[in-house]
Amino acid sequence: MTAITNNAQSKSDESNQLLASVGKYLSGIDIKSIVYPMMGIIIFLFIWSVAASRIDTSLGQFPGPAHVLEQSKSLYQEYQAEQDKAAAFYQRQEDRNAKKLAKNPEANVKIRKYTGKETFFAQILTSLKTVLFGFLVASLFAIPLGVVCGLSDAVYKGMNPLIQIFKPVSPLAWLPLITMVVSALYVSDDPWFEKSFLNSAFTVALCCLWPTLINTAVGVANVDKDLLNVSRVIRLPALTHVRKIILPASVPMIFTGLRLSLATGWMVLIAAEMLSQNPGLGKFVWDEFQNGSSNSLARIMVAVLAIGLIGFALDRIILIAQKVVSWDKQAVLR
Amino acid sequence: MANHFLEISKVGIEFPTQNGVFTALKDVDFKIDKGEFVSIIGHSGCGKSTVLNIIAGLYRATYGGVILEGKEVTDPGPDRAVVFQSHALMPWLSVYENVALGVEQVFKGQKTAAEMKDWVEHNLALVKMDHAMHKMPHEISGGMKQRVGIARCLAMQPKVMLMDEPFGALDALTRANLQDSVMEIQKELDTTVVLITHDVDEAVLMSDKIVMMSNGPAAKVGEILDIELERPRERVALSKSDQFNYYRQQVLSFLYEKKGVVSFDAAKKTQQETSSDVIEKQAG
Repeated sequence: MTAITNNAQSKSDESNQLLASVGKYLSGIDIKSIVYPMMGIIIFLFIWSVAASRIDTSLGQFPGPAHVLEQSKSLYQEYQAEQDKAAAFYQRQEDRNAKKLAKNPEANVKIRKYTGKETFFAQILTSLKTVLFGFLVASLFAIPLGVVCGLSDAVYKGMNPLIQIFKPVSPLAWLPLITMVVSALYVSDDPWFEKSFLNSAFTVALCCLWPTLINTAVGVANVDKDLLNVSRVIRLPALTHVRKIILPASVPMIFTGLRLSLATGWMVLIAAEMLSQNPGLGKFVWDEFQNGSSNSLARIMVAVLAIGLIGFALDRIILIAQKVVSWDKQAVLR
Repeated sequence: MANHFLEISKVGIEFPTQNGVFTALKDVDFKIDKGEFVSIIGHSGCGKSTVLNIIAGLYRATYGGVILEGKEVTDPGPDRAVVFQSHALMPWLSVYENVALGVEQVFKGQKTAAEMKDWVEHNLALVKMDHAMHKMPHEISGGMKQRVGIARCLAMQPKVMLMDEPFGALDALTRANLQDSVMEIQKELDTTVVLITHDVDEAVLMSDKIVMMSNGPAAKVGEILDIELERPRERVALSKSDQFNYYRQQVLSFLYEKKGVVSFDAAKKTQQETSSDVIEKQAG
């Protein structure tokens, strides 16, 4: 009997402690950092719904928040339905193959991929892969090139006219050229990548190149002179000098470049996918527009919000990477 | 003729400017013996840091040259390690790593990893920074940073330790503390030191010899004053000593009464630009 009451006693103690710690955690959160952003969003939703109700297009009324929410649910349902179909397809295929093998163990069984309609989520995944691949390729070229430009005045002066001329070119102007070059040069029986994937990725890479290149060069060129003198006094060999002094010192600027690059890359990718009908979110938007149903605009609006949220998330990921890599822990990163 | 340990021989340096060639230093000439503590003092902008940079090999003299143990100095090296005014610690390396950076390069192939570790720790202990070995530079005070800068310099076992206004950015108490530490270490290791300073008390307290430089342009050595005070020197006792005050007065009179100007033609030219402006422009 006493044991039970003791037990109950300690349980209520525990829950009290839990409550106290939850309370402490909640009071630790800055209310303003939650309330103000919420206010902003609520005001935006209000203005949006009022404005939407007053715009009539040939595809029906402009979608308000409610309509968009409904369509995002339906996109999710379509995705689930498609998943089920795919699962059923593979199940059938497996059964068929198993039967064949049971009849004749030597039988030549074929495994085919499910080729259903691309869902919204599949398109998002394609776009993400494309932008990351393009961004990676661009960074692999831009960072070393930026370091060389920052170190050598001669190289910088040599490169500068090219950088200045090609930087303002919209990568979409390159798109036809890239498409032709990829289809001419990338000939393989067993291709690693789809050609359309490479077209979009290289278009992204072309515009990711410049911000990283320029910021890296500026970062490297502006390393504190005293630090460079320390390296000269110690007589660090050239490669060690770059690895131990130049690169760490310019990490903040390199990351500024990377963030700008990824942001523009993501914007350009959507446009490139729309223009070239390469799979991805851009194609989804264009297909919905061509489809012209009464739900199209709402579905496009879902895509717009998804594009925004993903762009935001990508930027945060780079920011977190910068916080992990950079020595400048006190820097205010926005 | 007896060979001196370190010889600054008729050094002159010119910088090209938009208004033609600017002569910052002309015929700077003095000699330093092994184990000597020499201060170079002058008004700001007279080119005293330029002299140090030429000894370090960071600048190349236009005329004349620097000879260390019979060999001309042409580029920077760890045998003439520098303590910078701005401490110049790598902000991404810990205190230990900052010192180790130099040690690993200088003693590559001579010391084992364990010996290098001991050597880094020994030098940090020498400047009383062994307690903060694994702190990052932004976590320690200005005076402590400068101690680490000194440890990094000492750990390279330089033939000459070059100090470019190392105490300039510190408050008076920290500065006094660090001056005492440097004097102690210098006595213990018998290091040759060249110290750039604009602080008269510091120069008299610490040096065996004070090289006083005239104002630029075309700055040169005005007077050289030997300080024959007993070591170890104790600042409170010295402040009452007549000899100390005599030396102090000598330096002050050079700097303020003679305006650091020795009569020679270049000094009579109009001084439109002070040499420091031009040097900063050059250094970018």
